[in-house]
Amino acid sequence: MKHLYTWSAIAVIVLASTAGDVLLSRAMKQIGDVGELRRRSGLLSVVGSILRHPSFLLGVLAMTVAFYSLLFGLSWGDVSLVAPASASLTFVASAIAAKFFLHERVDHRRWLAAVLVAAGVLLLAA
Amino acid sequence: MTVRKYLVLAGVTIFAAMGDSLLAYGMRQVGSLSWHHLPEVILAVFNPWVALGVLLLLGFFASYMTALSWADLTYVLPATSLGYVLLALIARFWLHEDVTSSRWLGILLISAGVGFVTQGPALTHHPPASVSEECLPAIASTRAEP
Repeated sequence: MKHLYTWSAIAVIVLASTAGDVLLSRAMKQIGDVGELRRRSGLLSVVGSILRHPSFLLGVLAMTVAFYSLLFGLSWGDVSLVAPASASLTFVASAIAAKFFLHERVDHRRWLAAVLVAAGVLLLAA
Repeated sequence: MTVRKYLVLAGVTIFAAMGDSLLAYGMRQVGSLSWHHLPEVILAVFNPWVALGVLLLLGFFASYMTALSWADLTYVLPATSLGYVLLALIARFWLHEDVTSSRWLGILLISAGVGFVTQGPALTHHPPASVSEECLPAIASTRAEP
């Protein structure tokens, strides 16, 4: 039963942090290159437009859910399982989500990078 | 990709790794928290190491948002995963923890992944016509890759 709780927490962490990453990425792509924007209209105006962007706010909300699920997950399972499993699954889930929701061109090189990093993170924590 | 952009990616990596390490170091001093003592949770941020860690993580968030404004998510995530390698090296050389051979293999795999992704383009260019019907019109950016 504890096992089920731990893996449910990991699933929620992966889903929430992937949703958060996708939403934040979408917000920043819609806002545009912040370096250029800052030169044109100043830092405060850039920060203001980021903080008012609905996708940014939703993304932060999703990240908050992911953070608290991590806290719950850590209280149910071992840190050596929960942290690396959720981090490495998030790399792969983000690549899939970025392809379908952000229409990024995820070529062989990027798939390979996502899988290598995911495997590497697992090994680091092993 | 310009030097400034590589510096932002380095910022994401370094701020995250240093912020997490400082937070962990500070929280070890604070001791374990419990929901029955909420004031302790709030007081924890007054520990200088925790405060510095939070400051660095704010720097991480700012540079992460900056990177996402001109690079794909599937570029930024692997490119900044060197932070895990940095954490392992900090653990080995600063905290004198044992880094096993499977961890060195993990470091190797992550570095290879970073090498792969950074050789490719940072941003997907969506031709305006093909995306105009879809739900993300603003992503159909016509900005040129600098």
